[in-house]
Amino acid sequence: MLEIKSLNLEVDGRPVLKDLNLTIKEGESHVLLGPNGSGKTSLLLGILGFPKYKVTGGSIIFKGKDITDLSTAERVKLGMGIAFQHPPVIRGIKLGEMVNLCKGDTSQQINQQTRTLAKKLHFSDEFLERDVNAGFSGGEIKRSEIMQLMAQDPDFVMLDEPDSGVDIENMELIGDMIGELLHRRIRPSKRTASGLIITHLATITDYIEVDWAHVMLNGMIACSGNPDRIISEVMKGGYEKCVRDCQMTMDRI
Amino acid sequence: MRKGLSDDDGPDIGKYTLDAEKHDAKDLAEIEDKYKQAFLDVGYDPEGAERSGSFLQVDHSVLCSKVMQEGVEIMSTTDALGKYSWLSDYWWHAVAPGKDVYTQQVDRKQTHGYFLRTLPGVKTTYPLQSCLFTGQEGLSQNVHNIVIAEEGSELHIITGCSVAEKVQSALHLGVSEFYVKKNAKITFTMIHNWAPEVEVRPRSGIIVEENGVFIGNYVSLNPVKDLQMYPVTYCGKNARATSQSIIYASKDSKIDIGSKMVLQGENSRAEVISRTVATDQADVTARGFLIGSAPNVKAHLECTGLMLSDTARIYSVPELEATVKDAELSHEAAVGRISEEEIAYLTARGLSEEEAAGAIVRGFLNVDIKGLPAALGAQVRQMIRMSAEVL
Ligand SMILES: Nc1ncnc2c1ncn2[C@@H]1O[C@H](COP(=O)(O)OP(=O)(O)OP(=O)(O)O)[C@@H](O)[C@H]1O
Ligand SMILES: [Mg+2]
Repeated sequence: MLEIKSLNLEVDGRPVLKDLNLTIKEGESHVLLGPNGSGKTSLLLGILGFPKYKVTGGSIIFKGKDITDLSTAERVKLGMGIAFQHPPVIRGIKLGEMVNLCKGDTSQQINQQTRTLAKKLHFSDEFLERDVNAGFSGGEIKRSEIMQLMAQDPDFVMLDEPDSGVDIENMELIGDMIGELLHRRIRPSKRTASGLIITHLATITDYIEVDWAHVMLNGMIACSGNPDRIISEVMKGGYEKCVRDCQMTMDRI
Repeated sequence: MRKGLSDDDGPDIGKYTLDAEKHDAKDLAEIEDKYKQAFLDVGYDPEGAERSGSFLQVDHSVLCSKVMQEGVEIMSTTDALGKYSWLSDYWWHAVAPGKDVYTQQVDRKQTHGYFLRTLPGVKTTYPLQSCLFTGQEGLSQNVHNIVIAEEGSELHIITGCSVAEKVQSALHLGVSEFYVKKNAKITFTMIHNWAPEVEVRPRSGIIVEENGVFIGNYVSLNPVKDLQMYPVTYCGKNARATSQSIIYASKDSKIDIGSKMVLQGENSRAEVISRTVATDQADVTARGFLIGSAPNVKAHLECTGLMLSDTARIYSVPELEATVKDAELSHEAAVGRISEEEIAYLTARGLSEEEAAGAIVRGFLNVDIKGLPAALGAQVRQMIRMSAEVL
């Protein structure tokens, strides 16, 4: 599905990713851990091709196609989607309309299908009338981002901290929805959607099982492997210790 | 006179004719049919469904003044002057006839205009609609409008001004005087749909008496050669006034628009909101002037501009003047471009960059029109959206 080869990325002339390699196969879901400022969000926005995030080396292959030079719109058309960590407020565009746009429908009328989806995410019809992200609470932003993704239904799903600052009940809902987006509820051989989820406390992995975990440090993927092992090491000893142990294991091999 | 530019500056009256072809009531059906879409585009529904009354003037002829609710009056101001001797108390009372060459011209060479009135305590079930339309090339339309909401009444108006598609150049001079009596309310939504060679000089004065409410909304989304307006609202004790304008200025449009609020009654409140988009070579001056001259008055001015081209210009002029110690006046003004972050967000949802920019501009103009009855508000929003759709 996605293959990133020795990617170097700059933001505002400042290098944030260095020789980063990552492969995500069809049907796989990966989590990405790492300290604040290590470059996790930059990686997602680089994959998505945001203009500010400039590739200075390496390549991104998506569905067998080199997309390194494609625009965001073109990448999205190929089947990418993202739930943002800090989405901007868009004045005058209602959440319901935004959901329509995600479905490729430019009408402003909020139809039954949109209302049904909103209900699934525990949003009222009135909430759909609010300007996108204007005054949304932290939890509401998470649910709204996931709702938009579900309307879009991409093959490759990126989620930037879907589990940060979410209460227990909402967490359960979000876990369910992400499970659906990533085909976690069906047999592995039938899964066609893939995912990359940024998480600090790995909370999301209590709700869905994932196939791989990676730790990012200073713009590099410093350690990858079995999610249970990596997550428990990070939780016990922190990112750096996990990475040190990981590298020692690799050295031994 | 303000900022060096005299109110007299502008269109040359002499260029336009006052010799209008006469239209008859018997032509109404044909005219309504011919210009149906143009009327609808400025909120005038020839069928008059969900309207408490209609007024239609084409060129210099009043073709329709129909009342659908008791306690509501609609007629040509010329007829109203003949009918009511007391009307002289309201005639040139909120606007001075000698203010500038355009008011002088309307005073000397008036060509009708509407008289709209609600009797005491009457509340319009549906809005009244009016349309001032020019179908003749090179014509000057010089209307004088009077709107009165008697004590305790409520009057909702939607009014449109437009020209026929074939008309290239025309002049529209419009004097409008509004009287909101004690405890009364007027909402006045005006939609202009001009053409690149049309010149426009509205001159409005609004007097809001004790506990009265006036809400004015102005929408203009099409090119216009030269438009200048600066309505002045005088707020009495406890009065409330709001002015909102939504402008999309394109091509070679030259627009100078603003609102002046004079808070002369104690405890009065006012709000001026303007949203301006300027593109191509458009030149827009957006003004707002709040004057607090009575105890405990409070007013706010919000002026936002969105620039879409390097050849356009937005000149924003917010002004505040307080002459009493406890007046509370404030303003926010901002001019900027479309946020890259917002474009990126929308492209991540599958829009192209152009589509994203269009959606953001439409959103920017999609101001919640305050104070209107729900159905009318929804209709006006829908009209703004439809017009913005083609931008
Ligand atoms: N648009 C930007 N402008 C300037 N600097 C940026 C921008 N985006 C990212 N950076 C910088 O790049 C580095 C990596 O940031 P990034 O947002 O990718 O980190 P992160 O791993 O997602 O952190 P967090 O866990 O706090 O969300 C940081 O030092 C950040 O300040
Ligand atoms: Mg981040």
